[in-house]
Parts: sequence; structure tokens; C-alpha cells
Amino acid sequence: MKVSMNWISEYVDLSGLDVEDLIRRFTLSTAEVEEVYHLGTEINGVVVAEITKIEEHPNSKKLHLLELDLGDHTDRCVCGAPNVRVGMRVPFAPFGASVVGMTIGEAAIAGVVSRGMCCSAAELGIADSSSGLLELPSDAPLGKPVKELYAFEDVVFEVDNKSLTNRPDLWGHYGIAREFSAIAKRPLKPLDLQDLSAYDALPAVPLGTIDPELCYRYSAIRADGITKKVSPIDMQIRLYYCGMRAISLLADLTNYVMLELGQPTHAFDSRMVGTIGVQRFTEPFAFQTLDDTERKIDPETLMITSDGKPVAVAGVMGGLNSEIVSDTDSVTLECATFSAVSVRKTSSRIGLRTDASMRYEKTLDPALCALAAGRFLKLLLSIDPGAQVVSRYTDCYQYRYPEIELHFTKAFVDRYTGIDISDEQIEDTLTRLGFGVTRTGSAFDVKVPSWRATKDVTIPADVIEEITRIYGYDNFNIETTMSALRPILPLTVKADEAAMKDALVKRFGLHEVHTYLWCDAKKLNDLKIPLPDNLRLLNGMNPDATVLRTAMMQTLLPVLKENRFYAPAFGVFEIGRTVKGLREDGTANERRTLGVALLSHEKERTVFLAARDMIASILFDMRRKHASFVRVEPVNCWEHPANTAAIVLDGKPVGTISTVHPEVAAEIDKKASLVTLELDMDTLADIPADELRYREASRFPGIDIDLSFAVGKDVTFADVTGPFFADRDETLSGISLVDVYEAEGKSMTIRLSFVSPVKTLQKAEVQSYIDRILAVLAEKNIRLRTV
Amino acid sequence: MGITMEELRKQFYEHLQQANAAETFEELRVRYLGKKGEVTGLLKNMGAIAPEQRKEYGAKVNALKEEVENSIKDRIAEAHARELERRIAATERYDLSLPSTLSEGSYHPITLVQREVEQIFASMGFTIEDYDEIVDDYHCFEALNIPKHHPARDMQDTYYLSNGQLLKTHTSAAQNAIMRKYGAPLRAIFPGRCFRNESTDACHENTFFQMEGIMIDENISISNLIYFMKTMLSEVFQRDVKVRLRPGFFPFVEPGFELDISCAICGGKGCPSCKNSGWLELCPCGMIHPNVLKAGGIDTEKYTGFAFGLGLTRLAMMKYGIKDIRDLNSGNLKSLDQFVK
Repeated sequence: MKVSMNWISEYVDLSGLDVEDLIRRFTLSTAEVEEVYHLGTEINGVVVAEITKIEEHPNSKKLHLLELDLGDHTDRCVCGAPNVRVGMRVPFAPFGASVVGMTIGEAAIAGVVSRGMCCSAAELGIADSSSGLLELPSDAPLGKPVKELYAFEDVVFEVDNKSLTNRPDLWGHYGIAREFSAIAKRPLKPLDLQDLSAYDALPAVPLGTIDPELCYRYSAIRADGITKKVSPIDMQIRLYYCGMRAISLLADLTNYVMLELGQPTHAFDSRMVGTIGVQRFTEPFAFQTLDDTERKIDPETLMITSDGKPVAVAGVMGGLNSEIVSDTDSVTLECATFSAVSVRKTSSRIGLRTDASMRYEKTLDPALCALAAGRFLKLLLSIDPGAQVVSRYTDCYQYRYPEIELHFTKAFVDRYTGIDISDEQIEDTLTRLGFGVTRTGSAFDVKVPSWRATKDVTIPADVIEEITRIYGYDNFNIETTMSALRPILPLTVKADEAAMKDALVKRFGLHEVHTYLWCDAKKLNDLKIPLPDNLRLLNGMNPDATVLRTAMMQTLLPVLKENRFYAPAFGVFEIGRTVKGLREDGTANERRTLGVALLSHEKERTVFLAARDMIASILFDMRRKHASFVRVEPVNCWEHPANTAAIVLDGKPVGTISTVHPEVAAEIDKKASLVTLELDMDTLADIPADELRYREASRFPGIDIDLSFAVGKDVTFADVTGPFFADRDETLSGISLVDVYEAEGKSMTIRLSFVSPVKTLQKAEVQSYIDRILAVLAEKNIRLRTV
Repeated sequence: MGITMEELRKQFYEHLQQANAAETFEELRVRYLGKKGEVTGLLKNMGAIAPEQRKEYGAKVNALKEEVENSIKDRIAEAHARELERRIAATERYDLSLPSTLSEGSYHPITLVQREVEQIFASMGFTIEDYDEIVDDYHCFEALNIPKHHPARDMQDTYYLSNGQLLKTHTSAAQNAIMRKYGAPLRAIFPGRCFRNESTDACHENTFFQMEGIMIDENISISNLIYFMKTMLSEVFQRDVKVRLRPGFFPFVEPGFELDISCAICGGKGCPSCKNSGWLELCPCGMIHPNVLKAGGIDTEKYTGFAFGLGLTRLAMMKYGIKDIRDLNSGNLKSLDQFVK
């Protein structure tokens, strides 16, 4: 929204104050000013002139030679405007004067020398483009500089509409003036209004059914005998400076009142309206709006009707069928309040956001209707004294917001601010902002003004904002709190996450990436991985990105592929969320999940076992028991049927490690070895860390006994060592692998280490234990190798 | 009488001259100084020496013995030094400019920024919390004083899910749960990933990180809010950051503020980065709305609090000079592998 300081100054006397500083304080107290424009400064020496003679240009049919009366002298110039006529008064820039973008010099125009220029509105910076000269009133004093007659010079600032969403009262200059009145501590002048009660004896504007739910207030008044078509120059300038453009007097007046009060109004040609209603239709239909566009109207849409036929989309835009036209001499003015939600929905449904709908969306104060009518008539009657009001102010006021009274004390304010703002200052600020304040000592009874009571100010905390923003946040103390100290321990999930990331990055050189919560259907298809059946986004913009991932690999494997030329061996990981379907209560089963994807040109077996060592080592470092790996059937299509294992901690599966299925691997990199790993960080967090307990080292030497077994091809290290762990001698301190040798048959050598805390062990002392276990192994056909 | 002492000395030096390896030095030692060595042999001539000269003769032989011994030692040392010099000279000069074969890992830039801010807050006694990405309407809106049809719901385009839940649009969605978990007094921050249904470009992402912070206690005031924001931001940016508050509207705070920091590029004088204002808008904050405290089970008569939201993604971009937000979720190691710590 653009704000004219000239307009503001009409309502608050800001003389003697620095405008730039006021605008800066507006940013700090009310809403951020994005841009400040100093307008009209370029225009110099332009004066009022009357065209006294028009001659043909010798070399052009479009150009004319004008003779001009400047009061005390005459001048001449060449002019190309089509609307020239004798007796017309226009702005004239003589030699040496300046207009927007240029200084007038001497120029030969089609062979005739011209030392001056008659100006259009665009040349004076008050229109985007013009088709002819700006016509000045016939009584404009000749020779008088136009800047002395009209307010070309103005300081205009722009506020982002977004920072005004919660303040319906700031959508017009009068509300902004009220802010300046509080900021500058200068009185706010009252609005100059026509007294509507003077017309109470006149007939009503016929009103029919007014929607009781969505229309809070509908009022109308009618005026006849309107002859003026063009708005005064000053009004045209203000409209243009505030981002609109002058069209015709009646249209301009509705816009002017809207920019002044924030209340949209609508001017109907009285000839085109009968009994006015506000209603919704049961069937959809097409409707032509003022902008000459046909719009589809749904049954929820609130419409203004005349004798039952639609004439306007309530709160958004009028219809072409009832608009003000060139011979309109009677206007029926609508001042209404509609439900903010209804207007917002209508506006987004029909795809039309207007200055009116934007304001209605903010929840306008219904009290504004009567002010808008009074202001419109005041302006109309002063500009066009021949016009006359022919109806009474017909008002259907159906919904009134409750009056809000708030009670608080200075102590309440102090608690919020942490500083001492005096009772008098609180009272003064609130009074200037229009609050009704009754103060008893430091106790306040405050009546919220109607323009702040539609949603904005409802509780005492809202009043704190009013007091503090005008006081100025720059004037606050910067002060620490007096809060009790308490220990703060990191959450297990956070600590685990940090430990996991550090180990993967620092010990194993992996790269952390971020991927999306949803699968990319195209990328998965490229890897021959089907989309999972899972929760979906209902309203995503990309139809290929709707299904949430059930596993990290759905988003990490594409990353692995995209980076496949990054290095001969690398790994990526992410700790993110996966969604494993729904819980029993229907909510998403969201899991914190670690995903690791490795690519290497080493042997697959090496990469797979290294990945196993990596995760086992990290979990060991995190003191989460000893991980074991149990071969399982694959669940996901990228997991290899031969080498997929559950990562088991404390008897609980916490994750999966696998090589990649050849079908999928071929799509990622035909030559590389690929390994994937997923680990449920939530399950991990539930497994308590082992406590550290000191175990004294034995003072006696231990003995190592190596045993070589001849085993079948599929016998694993776990098969051979399992019985020793299952029936563990108290002196058995460890079992390690010495060698696996596969030539003719498979042979495996393991080393048993024994140590006693009380004596030096002799081999004979453990032999009976070893023999017992060997017997168990023999039953499984695992025997010592015979040399 | 055989060879004279002088002849023997001369002969020894000739031999020493020819000797060049460790073994020959040892041979020389045995030949001259061994039990049957030639120098030792001189003592056998003692009988032929006049008794009054014997003492002198013995001393001379011993002197020669010492001389031979030292000469051999010197030559051994010399030879050792020469050999060492030769080996050192022959040793390969390793090319330290060869590329490393160790692969260095990397963190995601968000992790680095997040840790940094977490550490600052942890040092000021804030608990670091974590929350779901998938939430319900109540936590994301209702509990934050954003009723249905509120324009704030238009301001953020929400991803809705097929089970009726939604992806959290802001970290504020965790406020209610955290208030309920800890009660008052409370100091907590909660970083998290947020989602907005909007099209992506260099400045917009549908998936980004925020960090929310709340502090609730008796008599928490706007002055305290300013203190914490200024302290935290000065730490983050490693300079004395000037902050200013402006009114800002967010339904879950009252009063609500936009917090600006002094522009680091121009030092507050005004430049294109700060739109000539000298200030950069950084984070929304405010005093927690009483309705939000109530929804979180906090006694509003007793407690007040402040809340703020920090854009971690934006912070990372500012800190590292990342121009295109899409790089962060690209998974492209060529750009991401530089974030080491």
C-alpha cells in the first residue's frame, strides 16, 4: 500500500517534523516501510496557459502551432496533442522549465522551432500514459505555476501489504494518520462528513433479502443530478500517487474514499438497479465482471442482486451490467461489510483479487459503512454542487461485533516489558490510538475502538503491543533473566545422531547429504524400484513426488547413482525420517532412520564386510552391546537375496545391511560394488548404553590354543565358535580367527585365549573343557583337521 | 731381532690405507693388536732389550698399540660416516605434493550451522529438543492460536497427507508438545525440517530447516527477549550484532516482532543487500500468546515467555555464501563435500 504524506497531513499537523524520521518511526512502531518516493520534485516552471489560436503545421497533419496566453504575456509552441482547442487551459512548460525526465529547450519540430511544451498528465508524472493534454479548469489563473495550484510535490511511502494483514484499520489513510498522531503526539483531526441524518425523511433505497450469515451490514444511499465527469486535479494526483488511476468522478470517488478510510464502496448506475439483495444462488452460473471477464460463479458465492438478478460479486467486483457509464447522472452507493472468510474464498475461487477484496479479507469494522457514505457525499456535493441526495441512508445492520473492554494494571505492563512505562504514558498512547481509557491510579479500564475490535485486539496482551510499539523498542533495556539454573542433558536421540554422524564422517570418510521426504517416481523407475504403497501428499505440485519414502534407500540410491563418477570409492549417508505406514491410531509411523549407501570398485565381499565392521564398530563405540548380524530374507527389492542381514543389538533387530540386488545394481553402476545399510535410530535410542565397569587385569599369563577345523563350505565362523560361547568356561577370555583357508575343502583355524585371575594356567587344565566342546562340534560334523 | 717399531708403524699405516670395509678393519685389528698380533709381538722382544731400557720400550709399544687402536677406530668412524652420508644421499625424497589417498568425509552444511547454534543455546541453559516432521492440524495451527480460516493459514501453503495429517510448516508446531513435556519454567530450542508447498527456485525450497526457541518463566519480558536474541546472534555471527525490533504479526505471539540485525556488509550505512536500510530482517519473534501458553498447560497468571524462529537454511546460506538454496538438497557431492569440520 502506498501512503501519501500530503493526505496524512490533512488529518495530523506534522509541520516542523522531519518526514524521513517520521517514516522511520512508522517502520519501528507500526509496519515496515519498504520504499520512500519524493514525487513532483522534477516539475519546475510549468504554468497555466490558455490556447488562444491554433494554426496548421506547414509540414504535418498531426501537429499544430499554438498561441498561448500566459496572463501577462503570450508564447508559442508546436503541439502534437489531439485534444487541443481554443479556450482550453493547459499546463505549459516554457523554455527552461522542466517536467518528468526533461528540461524544455529549443527544438525544431518538423522544421518549425518550438520553445515550450504543453503538458499531458504523464509528462507531469501523474499518469502512466496520456492520449492528450491535461485539461485544467477554465478558472485556473493564467501564468500561475501549477505547483502552487496543485499538490504535485508529495512524499509517498510504500508498505508491504503482508505487514498489514492483522490491521484492517491501516488499509486507509485515516487509520495511518491515527498512527502518526500517536507517534508524533499530535492531535488527529476529525473526518469531514456529510450529516446522513439530514436525509432521514427521504425514501429508502429498496433493499430485499440480505444474506443474514455472510453480510454483516448493507447500506445504500442515492444521489441524482450529477453532471461533473472529471475529478479535480488534486484528487487525480493522489489517486495516481497511491497506485490507482483516475477514471471518472464517480469511480474516482469510490476509490478515494477507499484509500482514505479503508472501506470499499461500490457505485451503481441507479438506472440499472431496482430492489437490492445480497444472496447466494443454488446453481452455478456465468457472470460478466467490470473488467469485461466472464467468471464462473459457484453456489457458495455471495452476490449482490437487483430484482433478483446478479449485479456484483459481493466484496470483490461489480458487474458490467450496472457499471457507471458516461451518461450516468444518478448513483446508488453501496457501503457494506461482508464476511472476511467468504470474500477471501470467493476471491481465490474466481481468481480475482481486488483492492476491495483485499480489504474485506482483513475483517473490516462495520462502523466504517456510515463514515464512507458520509465522506463520499461530502466530497461529491463539494465537487458537484448541483448533485442532490434523493434517498435516506438505508441501513441493514445485521451483525454487530461485541464491544470489548479490557482491564489491567501497570504491574501487568511492567511484567511484560521489563521496564517502567509511566501510567500517564500508557494512558496517552492508548487514548491517541482511539481506546477509551478510564484510569484509577495504576488500574486501567480500556474500551477497544470498533476498528480494532473485529479480531485484532481482544486480550490485555494485545494492549501491551499498542503501548510498547509506540513507546519504541529501541528504548527498551537489554537484560538477562533471573532464572534458576538446571542441568540440561542431551536427548538420547540427539546424542546418538551426533555420535553417528561424527563417526561416519570422521572415522569412515562418508558424506552427509539431505534428500526429500518423498520418493521421486521417475528416479525410482530408472532404478527399477517400484513406488512403495505408503502415505501420500494430497496437494503437491509435482505429480512424480507424492509418495513418502518407507526407506532411506528410496532417496539415497538415486543420489548414489548421480554421484557414481565422483570417486572410485565413496559413501553417502543421511539421518532423516522414513514413514513405515500407519500406526494403529492412523497416524504416520515416522521413524528416525540412518541410511548409508556405499559404492566401491573393490571386491563386493570386502566392501560388505567393511560396512559390517564399520557399523559394528560405531555401535560398540556408542556402548550399545555387541552387534550381531543375522542373515534374513530381503524385504526391499534392492536387497540381495544372498547377502541381506539384520543388524541385531541386545536381541532386537535395529537395521539391515545388504549388498544390492543385481537388477538394481545394474541400473546404478554395472561395475561397482554397492552396499546399503539402514538403521532405526528410534529403536537404537531405546537400547540403553552399557555402563562402564572396571575389570582388573589378571596378573598371570594366559595361554592361547589354536584349533584347526576341516569344515564344509557353508560352515561359518559363528558355527564353529558358537558352542564355545554357549558353554563358556570362566577362564575363556576370547576367541579370534587365525585363518580361513579354502583349497581342497575349507579349513578354519581359531584361537582360544584362556586366562585365570588367580594362577598361571596350564594347558592340561583347559583340555577337558576343549574336549567337551569338540564333542559338541563333532555332532555337527565339525571336526579338527587331521594333518 | 725382527721388524722394528718404526717399520711396523709404517707397515700398519700402509695396511690401514688399503683397508676399506668393516671386515678388513677387524682383520687389521686382529693382525696388529690380537694376542698373536704384530704389535703385541713386539713385547716378545722384551728379552733382547737392555733392562734399563725395558720400561721405556714397554711404554713405546703401548703407545703404538694405542695409536693403532685409535687409528682403526677413527677409520671405522670415518667409514661409518661416509656410509651414512651415502645412504642419506641415496634416500628417496618423498613427493609431499602427491594427492592424499585418504578420503575425507563431509557434513551437510545444515548440520554444521545447527550444531553451532545448538552449542550456543546449550551453553545458556537451553534444552535441545527434537520433534516429528509429520504433525496434525492441532499442533501446527490450532494450538498456536491459528484457528480455521485464519489468514495465516493462507500465508503458508501446507502439504496435506492422505491420512489427514500434514507436514509441519514451521518448527512452532512443536511448541505445544514441548510445553506439555516439560512444563514451566522452560528453556528449549528445537531445530527441525519444515515443508511448504511452493515451487522451488534459487531462493525458495519446499523443504528447509528452522530452529525454534522458547523461554518461559516468571516475569519473562521483552527486555529479556532482546537480550537473548542479541547475545545469541552476536555469537552466531562472531561480532557485536545490533538488533532492532519492529512490530510483526504472527498469531502465536503477542506482541509479535520482526527482528532486524545491523547489516554486516555495509555496517548499517545502507547497501543493496539491505535495500539501503542498514538492517537485515532475520527472525520473527515475540512474547508467547496467552492462548498458546494455555494450550500448553502453562499457568498464564504466573508465567510469561518469549519465542523466536530462526531460519537455519537461510543462516547456512548467509554464513557460507551459498547462493542457490537448491544446492542443499541436491545430494551433489561435488558441492557438498567441502563442508568439513
